[in-house]
Amino acid sequence: MSHPRIPDPSLVRGLTSRRLDRRDALRMSGLAALGAALSACGVKGKGSPAASAPAADAVAKYWNGKTSNGKLTFANWPLYMDPKHPELQKFTAATGVQVKYEEVIQEMGPWFAKVQPQLAAGQDIGYDLMVITNGIQFKQFVQSGFLAPLDHSKLPNYAKNADPAYAKEAFDPGNAYTIPWTSGMTGIAYDPKKVNRPITKLADLWDPAFKGKVGMFSDTQELGNFGMLALGIDPAKSAPADWKKAAAKLKEQKQQGILRNYYDQSYVDALGKGEVWITQAWSGDIFQKNVSDGANFKFVIPEEGGTIWTDNFAIPITAKNPSDAIKLMDFFYQVDVAASLAEYINYVCPVPAAKEQIKKDAAAATGADKASMEAVAKSPLVFPTADDYARLHYYRDFATAAEQQEYQSIFEPIVLG
Amino acid sequence: MLRRRLAPYLLVLPGGLWLLLFFVVPMVTMLSLSLQEGDVVTGYVFTGHWQTYADAIVNYRTQLVRSLAYGAVTTLILIVLAFPVAYWIAFYAGRRKATYLFLLLLPFFVSFVLRTISWRQILTDDGMVLGPLKHLGLLSSSAHILGTPAAVIGGLAYNFLPFMVLPIYVALERIDPRVVEAARDLYADPATAFRKVIFPLALPGVFAGVLMTFVPASSDYVNSAVLGSSSTTMIGQVIQSQYLTSSNYPTASALSFTLMAVLLIGVFAYARALGTEDVMKVAAR
Repeated sequence: MSHPRIPDPSLVRGLTSRRLDRRDALRMSGLAALGAALSACGVKGKGSPAASAPAADAVAKYWNGKTSNGKLTFANWPLYMDPKHPELQKFTAATGVQVKYEEVIQEMGPWFAKVQPQLAAGQDIGYDLMVITNGIQFKQFVQSGFLAPLDHSKLPNYAKNADPAYAKEAFDPGNAYTIPWTSGMTGIAYDPKKVNRPITKLADLWDPAFKGKVGMFSDTQELGNFGMLALGIDPAKSAPADWKKAAAKLKEQKQQGILRNYYDQSYVDALGKGEVWITQAWSGDIFQKNVSDGANFKFVIPEEGGTIWTDNFAIPITAKNPSDAIKLMDFFYQVDVAASLAEYINYVCPVPAAKEQIKKDAAAATGADKASMEAVAKSPLVFPTADDYARLHYYRDFATAAEQQEYQSIFEPIVLG
Repeated sequence: MLRRRLAPYLLVLPGGLWLLLFFVVPMVTMLSLSLQEGDVVTGYVFTGHWQTYADAIVNYRTQLVRSLAYGAVTTLILIVLAFPVAYWIAFYAGRRKATYLFLLLLPFFVSFVLRTISWRQILTDDGMVLGPLKHLGLLSSSAHILGTPAAVIGGLAYNFLPFMVLPIYVALERIDPRVVEAARDLYADPATAFRKVIFPLALPGVFAGVLMTFVPASSDYVNSAVLGSSSTTMIGQVIQSQYLTSSNYPTASALSFTLMAVLLIGVFAYARALGTEDVMKVAAR
């Protein structure tokens, strides 16, 4: 092992002079075949970035001949319904349609990446209804033609009871493909037992006093939004230069060891286990965690502002039971159903009339239930006032794929540390 | 006559087809993906865009280097931990060898991910280990193990331990006791006998163990995801996230190939340094 290796002279010759024999020729033709194979395996996309509104006859074409099958599978996020599913039981009792409810969505990126290949191949994804957030992947769902256009003649309760403001939202004008499940806010949650002072502002997420105990979202839009808001930039009007500034601000939080980790929906668990003391959070989750675990976490919209987003019902274009799915969508717009959902999940209710219904429910209830319902009817997290909305910011809407990729290329490396 | 000449080819056919279908085809597809450009909505098209490799390596070099470092440290820890275990089972376990080997493999009856998650439960900030220590005031309330490189390397070492013990055990098991006796007869003290006879004979086992732990540990993505934090991200996680969160197939594929190339070069260099031919000869005995 220790003696120097003397190169074989034939090896030196082989390395320095190039000769082509039959074997080389074969090898080269093999390379050519490989080249052909390489260019043959392109990954097909489905859509074009321009397609964002459905063609005039798309609704009729899609819904023609679709009938109820008496069942559907519903993909939703965790902490988005009473675990006993009272609303779904009511739906089954009223319509006879069986609902399989699965809490399979934790974050938009992985969800889109998971179902994209099947949808692009025109295959059923196993879900007839899903709840997706407005943002990058929402746009990708629409542009790829993955969402069934909605037949509004099948949504009478929606027409009657929904807050008309939702039809004007930029991500889905006229609610062509989706209608809201709920809206929610992104703010800060903290454990007052560990954090010995009231948290009021975004700067607290950068406080070295909480070193190793701060959580942020791994979703690039959620993360970027807070980086920008901390610098006083409105995310909806931001430009690439702002993204870079926000990225630097977020890197600082990480490099100084203040940040513990970037989380998807699992942040609730991390807060519960004491892994994080203060974290970026979604409004209703904390309320539900407190109810279910008897915890006493607090949720605040920071002084600098929080963000507001909408989670939306959508039917995947390959769904097997779309008629049942649209029936369930409309069912959630009955005032009593919307009220019962909001009472439990504490997210922004898209049905304004539910407020009166909750007050009525409260009047009929007793004890702790009564107090909790009265609180929900008054809660700015469920029925925000105009003042509340003034402090909330919308997501950046990306005009082109290139713009969106630039955004991702700035924030993704931060999340992936 | 013809049948006799065809027989070897026919024998290799099932395995060959299997490899073609499940190894060559995915590899070619992935190589193609790594050279494509586009986005997930409009689709990816092959353009022979090698720049993706350069960008991917520049953007994610930290994670690449970190993964190799974690893999190397894990492997060293494993050699230190596994050698005594294997030595003891091979020379002192007597007729209970099979029992001890079974005990070593017992945790493998539970899923790898579940076992890692249970470590998370044990090590969590206010959990059964840190909770009491913090309660007694021995640790500050913000002290934590999870989210640190130590937690990730610990998880890797825990999960890959049997892959190091078993090959070393097999190598030690094969040593003829008379060789050791001969060393003693020739006035070697126990330490010298170990150093000059047992250890060199166990090297093929160590070599195999290193291959079986360093390569998967460097490309692992579960331990860091479950036990680590954003400052312990490994390259496997980046690849997984590029595929399964960003749908950025070209970058994910380019990183996969880069990782494979780096590991292959590393393994060959290592084999070279150790003098593989000898090692392989002994291993094949």
